[in-house]
Amino acid sequence: MTTALVIAAHGSHLNPGSSAPAFAHADRIRATGAFDEVREAFWKEEPSFREVLRTLTADEVYVVPLFISEGYFTEEVIPRELRLEEWDPAAWDSDGTSADHATFTAGDVGATVHYCGPVGTHDEMSDVIVQRAKSVTGDPDVGPGVGLAVVGHGTKRNENSAKAIEYHADRIRERGRFAEVRALFLDEEPEVDGVTGHFSTEDVVVVPLFIADGYHTREDIPEDMGLTDGSGEWETPATVDGRRIWYAGAVGTEPLLADVVLERALDAGADVETASVGAAGTVEGSR
Amino acid sequence: MKAEQVEALLTAAAEGVDTEVLTASESDGTYDFSVPDATYHGLTDAELRDAARRHSEAVTEWYFWERVAPDAPDRRAFLRWVEGADDLSLSDRRERLADGVARDWGQLRIRARTVEVGRRAYEVRHVDDAGERVEDLAVHTDPLDARELAKHDDRGRYRPLSTAPTLQRGWAFVDLEPAAVVRAVDTFYPATIANWHRERAGDLDVSHWRETAGRQTGIYGVVDTWDRGEGHEHVEWVAEACCADSQCLKRREWEYDEETDLDVHGGDGTFPCREPCSLVISAARRWARIEGEEARTYEFELTPSEKEQVEEIVDAVADGRADDVREADFSDGANRWRARYLRAKRMSDGTLSGVPTDRDEDGGGD
Repeated sequence: MTTALVIAAHGSHLNPGSSAPAFAHADRIRATGAFDEVREAFWKEEPSFREVLRTLTADEVYVVPLFISEGYFTEEVIPRELRLEEWDPAAWDSDGTSADHATFTAGDVGATVHYCGPVGTHDEMSDVIVQRAKSVTGDPDVGPGVGLAVVGHGTKRNENSAKAIEYHADRIRERGRFAEVRALFLDEEPEVDGVTGHFSTEDVVVVPLFIADGYHTREDIPEDMGLTDGSGEWETPATVDGRRIWYAGAVGTEPLLADVVLERALDAGADVETASVGAAGTVEGSR
Repeated sequence: MKAEQVEALLTAAAEGVDTEVLTASESDGTYDFSVPDATYHGLTDAELRDAARRHSEAVTEWYFWERVAPDAPDRRAFLRWVEGADDLSLSDRRERLADGVARDWGQLRIRARTVEVGRRAYEVRHVDDAGERVEDLAVHTDPLDARELAKHDDRGRYRPLSTAPTLQRGWAFVDLEPAAVVRAVDTFYPATIANWHRERAGDLDVSHWRETAGRQTGIYGVVDTWDRGEGHEHVEWVAEACCADSQCLKRREWEYDEETDLDVHGGDGTFPCREPCSLVISAARRWARIEGEEARTYEFELTPSEKEQVEEIVDAVADGRADDVREADFSDGANRWRARYLRAKRMSDGTLSGVPTDRDEDGGGD
């Protein structure tokens, strides 16, 4: 029996960097040899979700969405385009952040597809957020006396979008590592602009829960927080309202995220127990 | 030939081998063995080894396709196509492979040659670099490097459509194994090998315009509403705009629907396009919105030459030649100074000839 991993990401018609995290995580997982084939697939680039399965030869395919939350893409677009004909969101039996996996046969190729929940709602994503905070501050012990803002897009159209952000903010808060932890949003309350108003700490680490760096993480959020005056550049840390803001950039570019992809496949039954690209074995240093 | 090839044949004979270059089978400890010009019965192990060495050309060929080439029908079919295996005799092919044989796949030139007994090495480069010395090209050996090369054209612009005829030049993948050349090609042009193979087998699963539009949801749901039971002329225009060979190297096989073909030619590409792609749907979303507007009559004042100049500018942009117009070629209506003069004279307030657009509140623009 041969196995394949498909990393299903959004991609972009306009931003050439959008696919970079999918490529990087796929490369890290390829290097572990855990799967016979590892392929990236995209909604806006190629191979498309629609045609990726026919480029594989494996009998068993693990599909892991490189998306932050459960919703339109994970519940509707990806299953439809992969032709998971018996798919129903109920198959995941999720409360909005608890999707695990479900198994189907793809209509066009006949392969067995283990369709996994998105990386963004996996428990280990909390660790990636903390890792991101360590990376951006350069302090492996970051936490005490420091505030952490987990920033999501948020949308009034889908409550799951905010749930994923709040889920990790709650989990990290419960660990007591950071002095304060807040979930903030671009498009809903509480909003990321005026970020310092949400914290009493002198240092605030801001980790955007986005997969790729693009308009939202490079322009929207930095401008809303007052890090930049429109020049598109800022310092790390930057001083805003007398506080130090450590702005991390998209969490999806964190090398450790490749481990979350592997965990998703492992949870779905893939034989990848010995594989890990973890922080120590990371192929590429963090920024 | 190599000992491992002979041993592989003995092992395979137990299961039975039946290919175009040789057959082999075993019963009661003896073997039958045949190649196109010889047949043997009741061979012992040692005799089969001898026969295999005598017909090493056939055994080497069998070994390559059955043990070296990727174990997938579409990938093997593609590699056979590269060297014309289905059209040429084995000896003709061996001769050609010794020198190297090349086929074009979109803008890729794929070259196969034998480098040692039973081994092919493949090279991939831009078709326009066919005559370049390899020393003058950036040499790659990892097929996944194609991801980066495919990202931008020669002018550094992002290529969202992998099969656009804008592949950058100046690189070469060399000394690739069979699996690696397939991977490189499929990275430049994802899924083209699989779809080409399906088409050759007569089972390409085409999703026509109606079906594809009907599948769209979310912000693309509007594409389905563009069809209002008034014919399919708009889809002809979509295909003419997006799917011509000058825009995409896939050969369009999708039509309006199963019963209704489009009049626009689908192109001459080697590999098929089985459904409107995400770029076509994304563009169609825009057209669906702006095509909701009713035409109206405007009155503009233009000289005959200015009218023709407007036409030349549209042509130049549509044909992608606006950037190629020479700086001082004032005979070309799409020349920048000519366009700037026209704007200064006829669009001084930003509108053509000062005629207000007078857009309805619910117009399709942003």
